[in-house]
Amino acid sequence: MDLAGEILISAMLVIGGAFGLVGSYGLVKLPDQMTRLHAPTKAATLGVGGIMIASLLWFGFFGERASWHEFLIVLFLFLTAPITGLMIAKTNMHLTWRPDELPYPGEDMHWATFGDSADRSLMDGDADLDNTERDLRE
Amino acid sequence: MIRRLFPHPYLSAMLVIVWMLLVNRFAWGSLVFAVILSIAIPALTEPYWPARARLRHPGKILVYVTIVVHDIIRANIDVALIVLFKPNRNLQPAWITIPLELRSPEAITVLASTITLTPGTVSSDLSQNGHALLVHCLHAPEPQEVIDEIKTRYEARLKEIFE
Repeated sequence: MDLAGEILISAMLVIGGAFGLVGSYGLVKLPDQMTRLHAPTKAATLGVGGIMIASLLWFGFFGERASWHEFLIVLFLFLTAPITGLMIAKTNMHLTWRPDELPYPGEDMHWATFGDSADRSLMDGDADLDNTERDLRE
Repeated sequence: MIRRLFPHPYLSAMLVIVWMLLVNRFAWGSLVFAVILSIAIPALTEPYWPARARLRHPGKILVYVTIVVHDIIRANIDVALIVLFKPNRNLQPAWITIPLELRSPEAITVLASTITLTPGTVSSDLSQNGHALLVHCLHAPEPQEVIDEIKTRYEARLKEIFE
């Protein structure tokens, strides 16, 4: 039983480490900023995920009691990683892309990064405004 | 009264769960403190988030999370193979526009986060009135396939959950 646990934990550690390594290698190897942005998303999901499962298993098999902190780490990581990605992408768009190099956004005419919508509400649409007003009244 | 006390019931429930996980062992004292936090934090942050988030089918969240975790694992392997074995000159990065049917800000946030967490795609921007999402793909020889997959796998399910 202990041996099986150790094998399982080692396997998860190796998987997590391998994806972390490939993510870091991608950061070096990929050609430009936007494609490089894709490499760390791997390290942040399966890389950290593998290590977290290993940690959960270790506490399950050998620890004094089960540990729940791993779920929190995954939760906060999944909440914050997309925000970081979005901020880096938007900075890249400001620095190295012109609006006419991006695909056409359809009915809204401009992407938010290049548009003049900063001083207006993010969401137009009357339904949304009505909902907001109703909620405020409640 | 209940609505006054818990303006964001889901946020309050989440705060209790997070606090109990943070404490890492069950004790009644911690539960009481978690409930105090779950009242105080939504009350303090309410001015910044006046509209109440609605969930039409909360039960379908579990199905959605399962699908996303499955897709993250599959996409991780795909992207790892691209990084390791595909020479840069064969790489076909692409910007794609995803027209949005979702209107609730919470639903769009979840969709954009899902797209970023799935390796190979990063959501980069929203159109200025929130009707389209700009997504960068690491390797997309067939951009239309990526759009269709995101719309059917994620957006349709989020629409059921939120709207």
